[in-house]
Amino acid sequence: MSRIPDPRVAVPPVDRSKLPAPGAGRAFRFPDIEKSVLPGGLRVWTIAHPSIPLTSLLLLIKRGAAADPRGREGLAAMTVDMLDEGSGDRTAIQLHEALAAIGAQLDSDIGPDAALIGTTVLSRFAERALHLLSDMVVRPSMREADFTRVRQLRLHRLVQLRDMPAALADRTFTNLLYGSHPYGHTPLGNERSLADMSVEDVRAFHADVLRPSETTLVAVGDCDHATMVRLAADAFADWRGTAAAAAPFDDELPHPARLNVIPRPGAPQSEVRIGHVAVPRNTPDYHALVAANMVLGGQFVSRINLNLREDKGFTYGARTSFDFRQQPGPFMLQVSVHTEATGRAIEESIAEIGDIRGRRPVTADELAMGVAALTRGYARSFETAEQIARAVTQLVLHDLPDDYFAQFVPAVERITPADVMRAAERHLHPDRLTTLIVGDLEIIGASLSELGLGEPVVLPAAV
Amino acid sequence: MNIPFEKYTLANGLDVLLHEDHGCPIVAVNLWYHVGSKNEVPGRTGFAHLFEHLMFEGSAHHDHGYFQPLQGAGGTLNGSTNADRTNYWEVVPANALELALWMESDRMGFLLPALTDAKFTNQRDVVLNERRQNYENRPYGLAPMVMLAALFPPDHPYHWTTIGEIDDLHAARLDDVRQFFSTYYHPANASLALAGDIDPGQALALARAYFEDIPAGPAVAAVRPPMPTLTGETRLLHEDRVELPRLYMAWHTPAMFAAGDADLDLAADILANGKTSRLYKRLVFEQRIATDVSAAQNSREVSGFLQIAATAAPGHHLTEIETAIIEEVAGLAVDGPSADEMDRGRVQAESQFMFRLQSVGGFGGKSDQLNAYNTLLGDPAYFPRDLERYQVVTRASLMGTVDRYLQNNRRVALSVVPRGRPELGLPGSTTAEVS
Repeated sequence: MSRIPDPRVAVPPVDRSKLPAPGAGRAFRFPDIEKSVLPGGLRVWTIAHPSIPLTSLLLLIKRGAAADPRGREGLAAMTVDMLDEGSGDRTAIQLHEALAAIGAQLDSDIGPDAALIGTTVLSRFAERALHLLSDMVVRPSMREADFTRVRQLRLHRLVQLRDMPAALADRTFTNLLYGSHPYGHTPLGNERSLADMSVEDVRAFHADVLRPSETTLVAVGDCDHATMVRLAADAFADWRGTAAAAAPFDDELPHPARLNVIPRPGAPQSEVRIGHVAVPRNTPDYHALVAANMVLGGQFVSRINLNLREDKGFTYGARTSFDFRQQPGPFMLQVSVHTEATGRAIEESIAEIGDIRGRRPVTADELAMGVAALTRGYARSFETAEQIARAVTQLVLHDLPDDYFAQFVPAVERITPADVMRAAERHLHPDRLTTLIVGDLEIIGASLSELGLGEPVVLPAAV
Repeated sequence: MNIPFEKYTLANGLDVLLHEDHGCPIVAVNLWYHVGSKNEVPGRTGFAHLFEHLMFEGSAHHDHGYFQPLQGAGGTLNGSTNADRTNYWEVVPANALELALWMESDRMGFLLPALTDAKFTNQRDVVLNERRQNYENRPYGLAPMVMLAALFPPDHPYHWTTIGEIDDLHAARLDDVRQFFSTYYHPANASLALAGDIDPGQALALARAYFEDIPAGPAVAAVRPPMPTLTGETRLLHEDRVELPRLYMAWHTPAMFAAGDADLDLAADILANGKTSRLYKRLVFEQRIATDVSAAQNSREVSGFLQIAATAAPGHHLTEIETAIIEEVAGLAVDGPSADEMDRGRVQAESQFMFRLQSVGGFGGKSDQLNAYNTLLGDPAYFPRDLERYQVVTRASLMGTVDRYLQNNRRVALSVVPRGRPELGLPGSTTAEVS
């Protein structure tokens, strides 16, 4: 039923000569986190978010692909992948039927520093979901036949990735920057390490590493803390143990060539990565770097996207990021450009990264733009139960204080243009940038030699 | 479960939908124009999407690009084009609602004075890059073009993809942009939803202030092409830069919200979505002759198609996969779903609909859903009835629908195989033409 607006109600005047300035922001408060520890060591953190009868349940395990033993790259991810391949008497299919019967879709994710497994369900199924999560994480079957099948699927996946320029670029670039360092491989592992892996490796990794001492259950939804603790204590009653100590990160970083190419004859676009190893999450320059990235390449209106896309029309989009990890993570520019524009796009990109260190000073307006995008829209990131739960896993992973989200906005607002340039100068090193291109070398070769980065090193499309 | 709202229609025909949700201090502004690639004509394909890009390049009273003020106010924004509609949205802090309305109304009312040839050429290049990145340089990326072209005849508006043909994008002219804007981008062909931390009275007053003076524009005739039919089995082959062959099989099916649409949604899940599906169990889990399998009932405004896709494991031929698909589809039509499958389908529908109530904005948020129901059905209150469509599916209705639409002798089978290996495709396939 549609209504006509009441014509007697006054309509405010419109002034198109200038944009309306936003009024005062409404206060945003991050909800309280309630915390308990179960006798077995599992931490239970809950947040009440009662608007909709849904509950998000996430288990964060503070070990990821960086914990893969050398020669067993991909083991952590394979172990996480084996969790839903059956439990007790239940086959993988039966386990998934049990999940489907409560409308649950399993969500699992693994990065260098951590693994995440969880689901969001109708709240009336939260207890059943917890028991299923426990079945998977505490009592996975880890049968050899299932392992062989899952490994085979993963090997097929690796074969397919050879033809996906973006995936190929990401995998190779990771290895260029880190070499044999624990961050030197993507979680998937490689063909050789997977071939060498056995179900015994997976069982041992599960027994040694996936322990409650490393794990936090984050529950967000219309549940109260006491109830969730009781349910979790019941579901995870027999889960105990302390993980083996993590291996130290003492590997030296390699010195990759400045310019590297994986030839892809006939490619209509070049997939480009430019970057170097940068800083860990606990850097005191964290907020300044987050702001610097907003100016440089973190959003649509950042310098690099406006230059490469909106000014030159070289690409559908370009972006930069600092991957803040426990140990120094990469700074990286990712872009896919028209083959013919490859050389110029790289030249422009490297110049932009250099310029933000001072040659083209960050203006107050530019910074205000980036800071506003980070701070004024901050509440947006905490709308759904799952968004809140994922945010909390960041607190767990990086040992951040409970008031971290409350402090983020004032901390970013304190940043000055000088702070940004100082942080950029300290942590961005144009002369150390490594460039990788997946593209048609025949066509782009000439333009690459003009970049002053030396002759390109040709790499195989190996995964 | 529902999305409560108020609906107003302004004098110029613009629908305004208001939904209050004070859970988070944000407001979603969501605007649908009832125009998509289905409104294009052969020779000018890709135009609706190219036009969407130009909507972000500035308008008469703010000719500096669309992103800066909104991102600077803490907003996030995007737009998208499909065959049937083009949507634009902003999610902003509650205090920036007026800014978002200023911006949206300026490009609805005053886009053309700010349009230049330079902007047009730049965005055409960006779109050509998008096409290369997401279709040409992506394994299996051209399969949608081949499949749509085979399912729908050349004069049917679902014959082409939304990204369009390269030649057509090059042939587009600035005058086409002006014509397109005048024809489709006006209040009577649009629907505006405001959802979130709003006061409905104030929000309506602001919507009126910014949109009421924009002229109504000409009526847009509905695109109602005749229902396409397949009279036999079409077998096509496309050689691509891929390692593993993949089979796509598709059938014509009912339009969105039409009788049978929900049955086929559930049938797609039972057949090939997730580890509990019949084809996953058979092809990936037990026989291990495929590496992945998926299915979707792609329902659109004037008709639909159900497509199943599966990638062959090394050493296995697509004929093995074809046999399995045909047998499982026939089995579902003859023996029907199990009681467990029906129960799971109902719980999953309930969960999925509940998930859809979590966000006020963005693609698929509550504001987008209100506009979808209003634009496609004229009924923004449709949410609970949409869920009911899934709850009333019975074993018998699902069997009957599968039997009626997923016929073995009225389908398209597309084999995408590694270059130089046509023998890996289904026998008797014709090489598809694709650009």
